[in-house]
Amino acid sequence: MLQKVHNNGLQEDKTMTKAQKIENPNSFTNGPDENGHFGIYGGRYVAETLMPLILDVEKAWHAARDDQAFWDEFNGLAKDYIGRPSPLYYAKATTEHLGGAKVYFKRDELNHTGAHKINHCLGQILVARRMGKTRIIAETGAGQHGVATATVCALFDMPCTVFMGAEDVERQSPNVFRMKLLGAEVIPVTSGSGTLKDAMNEALRHWVANVEDTYYLIGTVAGPHPYPEMVRDFQSVIGSETKEQMMEKEGRLPDSLVACIGGGSNAMGLFHTFLNDTDVQMFGVEAGGHGVDTDKHAASLNGGKPGILHGMRSYFLQNDDGQITEAHSISAGLDYPGIGPEHAFLNDIKRVQYVSVTDDEALEAFKMLAKLEGIIPALEPSHAFAHIMKIAPTLPKDHIMVMNLCGRGDKDIFTVAEKLGIEI
Amino acid sequence: MSRIKQTFATLKKENKKGLVTFITAGDPSAEKSLSVLRALPESGADFIEIGMPFTDPMADGPAIQDSSLRALARGMSLKGVLKMVTDFRSGNTQTPIILMGYFNPIYSYGTENFMADAAKAGADGLIIVDLPPEEDSELRIPATKAGLDLIKLVTPTTNDNRLQTVIEHASGFLYYVSITGVTGTKSANIDEVGKHIAHIKTQTDLPVAVGFGIKTPEDAANMCKIADAVVVGSSIVDNMQKNQDDNALAQIIANQVTALKQAI
Repeated sequence: MLQKVHNNGLQEDKTMTKAQKIENPNSFTNGPDENGHFGIYGGRYVAETLMPLILDVEKAWHAARDDQAFWDEFNGLAKDYIGRPSPLYYAKATTEHLGGAKVYFKRDELNHTGAHKINHCLGQILVARRMGKTRIIAETGAGQHGVATATVCALFDMPCTVFMGAEDVERQSPNVFRMKLLGAEVIPVTSGSGTLKDAMNEALRHWVANVEDTYYLIGTVAGPHPYPEMVRDFQSVIGSETKEQMMEKEGRLPDSLVACIGGGSNAMGLFHTFLNDTDVQMFGVEAGGHGVDTDKHAASLNGGKPGILHGMRSYFLQNDDGQITEAHSISAGLDYPGIGPEHAFLNDIKRVQYVSVTDDEALEAFKMLAKLEGIIPALEPSHAFAHIMKIAPTLPKDHIMVMNLCGRGDKDIFTVAEKLGIEI
Repeated sequence: MSRIKQTFATLKKENKKGLVTFITAGDPSAEKSLSVLRALPESGADFIEIGMPFTDPMADGPAIQDSSLRALARGMSLKGVLKMVTDFRSGNTQTPIILMGYFNPIYSYGTENFMADAAKAGADGLIIVDLPPEEDSELRIPATKAGLDLIKLVTPTTNDNRLQTVIEHASGFLYYVSITGVTGTKSANIDEVGKHIAHIKTQTDLPVAVGFGIKTPEDAANMCKIADAVVVGSSIVDNMQKNQDDNALAQIIANQVTALKQAI
């Protein structure tokens, strides 16, 4: 009989031996392979100094994954500290307003700290503790992952250093203050262009110089193996809860899933459990900025090409000479010139459809969701909602859609007010 | 015999140690970096590393990061790097040229095409910082086919098991990274480095060059007691930045290189 290891949607993997997996080449959940590849994507493209450490992280993570005590601790804190499971909410007013598909929201904005990021922060800090690491570093763009990291570091009384682009430190001062309140040290990064990708470069440089005692808590399904797999598995709690809740409410699986994509952690979390349910259609919504035909967007799949950065092969925004270009989005959380390698793979095999939404469309969706449902969403899931506004009206009433409402909008009210020309 | 092999053989015969100097292609400009490059062999550089600038050099400290961005801002590209090598080779057929950089620009250029073009331009080897042995076959195989050495990095964190993996397909020489950190930051602990190099020498016959954190002629002299060659990068790049507007830039760098060479 199968051992129920935990409730994160991994039971399925546990029930398959390696041989069975190989005999089942049509499974979409086989990846990554033992070297961290999803098709040609992923891998471990890091300096030799980091390689032994990356291999240690992988070993510790795999040992944790197979340990019931680890999941007991994770699930206990997920319930009582994060507030899981998050509700699956039938958005009646939205459904009626759009006049087509039946729309549900997975309410991950109700988590402690206001977004899904806390799921993988909790999981990773437990891994770091098992490794005997005594300090945590992280990168952050908008500051959401930085706040979630600082939160779990406060919880476990571990020193925390967050690297943040100098420009973002200016733009996101409330989150900088939050991180400091939680006891973290925030280091403004001035190298390169002073944004999220440079914060990640700087965190990697710092890690190279502090390999002995430091754990790098990466904020999305990106970076070298095992991070894309590990972060996905911590986030897949979103999808497995959704599946269970949908069976309770509707007695069947949804017809489509919609999630926004920066690095891709919330989308991977929602999608992964459903990948082998091939009747479930999936939409990843990239940040189209001023439009993917301009040079101001953050749509790596729709406007980039395959390359190597930050330890992985994936899609990146880059020029003809292979130099990485700047991303732009109204949403600081999507403002990254790359994407997690599993998304690159799912894009190429066409299991997930990756679309894009512009700044203006996301802003309209932001306002609409606040008025229709009384929920102020973050600008990130506003992108997902903008796509729902486009397609739900064209779909039949018995089509069930689930959107991951992965963050709340408190942090974005200043950006939105400025964009609307309103002084708060 | 390859230029790299030949140069190490000559040094050994003369009982001398090698000096590897690093400059970033295109910093402060394509013309000026070429004039410095041309002056290096005569002033004492036995090997030359040319940095191929990249927007996101994650293994480099501030000096090389900034010089890469300056070079890119002034229009340097991978094609520009190869042109620089071609121009250098028109006046020098002896000094080995090693191209150092990150994988993405090469991948974008087309790995096989780049290897062929680099060999044609007159390059001798490559150091690709973000390509550990586990991921390097797609570059190593075409490099070998084109006759280029893929030089491997060994670091203080490379344990015994990994050392075998690293040296399995190594050629040219081994590059020992003397610190756990990025280029041009900490200074190395010579005793620790000595122990590691002594151990590496029991595992391979390849020459070992030491780099990262070697700044002064004294540093270079100390490291040469235990290694076959030393690599000096950030301090040359720094010096170039300070004197970028000086008409005698090539001479200033030549003087710095001569002082380093005399010390070892």
